[in-house]
Amino acid sequence: MLQQTKSKKGPFLALVLAAALLILTVVLENTLNPNTNIMLFTTLKKGAVYALVAVSMNLLNGFTGLFSLGQAGFMLLGAYTYAIFTIPVADRESVYYIYNGSAVNFSLPDLFGGADTVPGLILGVLIALILAGCVAAAVAWLIGLPVLRLKSDYLAIATLGFGEIIRAIFQWDALGPVTNGANALKNFPTFSSFNITNASGQVVLRLSTFAAFFIAAVCIAIIVLLINSSYGRAFKAIREDEIAAEAMGINLARHKRLSFCISSFFAGVGGAMFAMFANQAQARTFTTAMTYEILLIVVIGGIGSVSGSCIAAFLYVAASEWWLRFLDAETTIGAFKVPFLRNGFRMVVFSIIIMIVVLFFRRGLMGDKELFDLFRPRRKKKEASK
Amino acid sequence: MQYAVSILLSGVSLGGQYALIAIGYTMVYGILRLINFAHGDVFMVAGLIMVYLSAALPLPVAAPLMIILTVALGFLIERAAYKPLRSAPRMSVMISAIGVSYLLQNTATYVTGGLPQMYPSLPFLSENITILGTSTKWVTIVTPFLVVALVVVLTQLINHTKVGMAMRAVAKDFETSQLMGIKINSVISVTFIIGSLLAAVGSMLYFTNYSSIVPLSGTLPGLRAFVAAVFGGIGSIPGAVVGAFLIGICESIIKGSPWSIFSDAFTFALLIVILVVKPTGLFGEKATDKV
Repeated sequence: MLQQTKSKKGPFLALVLAAALLILTVVLENTLNPNTNIMLFTTLKKGAVYALVAVSMNLLNGFTGLFSLGQAGFMLLGAYTYAIFTIPVADRESVYYIYNGSAVNFSLPDLFGGADTVPGLILGVLIALILAGCVAAAVAWLIGLPVLRLKSDYLAIATLGFGEIIRAIFQWDALGPVTNGANALKNFPTFSSFNITNASGQVVLRLSTFAAFFIAAVCIAIIVLLINSSYGRAFKAIREDEIAAEAMGINLARHKRLSFCISSFFAGVGGAMFAMFANQAQARTFTTAMTYEILLIVVIGGIGSVSGSCIAAFLYVAASEWWLRFLDAETTIGAFKVPFLRNGFRMVVFSIIIMIVVLFFRRGLMGDKELFDLFRPRRKKKEASK
Repeated sequence: MQYAVSILLSGVSLGGQYALIAIGYTMVYGILRLINFAHGDVFMVAGLIMVYLSAALPLPVAAPLMIILTVALGFLIERAAYKPLRSAPRMSVMISAIGVSYLLQNTATYVTGGLPQMYPSLPFLSENITILGTSTKWVTIVTPFLVVALVVVLTQLINHTKVGMAMRAVAKDFETSQLMGIKINSVISVTFIIGSLLAAVGSMLYFTNYSSIVPLSGTLPGLRAFVAAVFGGIGSIPGAVVGAFLIGICESIIKGSPWSIFSDAFTFALLIVILVVKPTGLFGEKATDKV
């Protein structure tokens, strides 16, 4: 019962907030000078990508209680699928120059009239994103068959290993005509392709940040809907107690697989978005360190809180890419040279902050609460605690 | 023939170096049920400490000092990052381990400036020797013997001393051994000290062969050693050693073949197969899952 009274106003508020955010990004991007505020927009775009991936990881780790570390592997699958299907046919020769052209000789945007036209861009990118998710989910299903039988840390290390295997396969020379070996894939539609230009090539309306936010928002909304559905409750039951959940008639294997596949689907979409953000897809970037980064975002935001993961993603990206930048530059105040400040110090400070969060604020920013829980009257909290 | 000998030699020596790391993993896992992700980075830091110490001090002073510092680091990590979380869920401790690993790597990047550091060449160990027509370093020959000797000492320690008995008790049942008056914290500290000590020795052997150290050079050897520990049956020291030798030999065979890019993939595929087919590993005890 509590669940139902809880979520009456929540969805509406969330929708309003999301819409306001989306409008804000459009307004910000078109009023601020993009050249002087480059850090802001980089942070926003990368934050949106990481928010989606963090929420997808949270679905698995926080809501279903499956500790998986394969996120970077699924992102890699998504990024490559997206890139392979959207590089314009005309550019394939130059991208795959080492392998004398690509083995895949069509491109989704081209099928709808090319990436320069509106339907070509939107339909092509959309279908490629969904395909990216589907490939990741299909592979997740395959991997899940053996791996999901494992428990906690064994599952973690097996999925971690899976990420490494995927990375090795994609860098394999024999697959070069498809994956371009260890070289980067590029020239596919990126977020900047969504900027509307006039005939003379001048940008009229900047929509690149909006595009990133929009895709991430839609995906996160789908995940939230899933979490609030009966499937979501089954996931939470599995997290709390597997045996009790099974006794209540929840098919453990099926629900675990479902959660794993859906999480991988969105990790795949997130990977495709990461490729759009970085303007290239290269297997080398999707390392274990990336998985750790996303895991730390989930932990900072609070395991089991979607809004926490989103906020933490933006904070994390902003802190690591932008706010702490000054720590990397050697600074002198008057004649006094500030000690320690030099290249790399930013990441040291950053990891110390993370350790403090992990050790002393174990519940993270939000615990397992959502943003809207904080604004609810206190009376209800007391009732709930009775 | 000559090729086979050189592959086998490098495999055995690599396996020995992994064994020294794997013992640290397997002991900590046996007692705390924690995959100590930071262990591979402790191994890397040991290498870096040696680089900096040997630049300032003569080698006979630097080497023992390096081992002492590494042991202190392992002890400190346990006290600072794992002890406060003793009653927390296992996942939090593991996340803390990942955090420590992240911190060590970033600190190493800061200190070295991101440049690869050259490991000093040690007298005797770095010298060349020719066996059956294959030229190799002395360290290749010394490693397996040293590993076996250390393992014998370690098993004696675990089977015949009071601390060893306490360790076995804690590994068997955490709570009960606490009730029996065993000071768990000191037992766990000893475990970390032994693990770091072996990692320090292992780093000396490993980096004599692969002399360039970057902040990430601890990660993969660490993961491979962990796979070795799982392969041999986690919690079992002889198992970890056998597993490490097998993994080392397999890796060196694959590295010598045209499939070299798949050497890590193979290691992890092996891990997944073992976990699915025989989760207790070669020598592991039958796990009793407490409900």
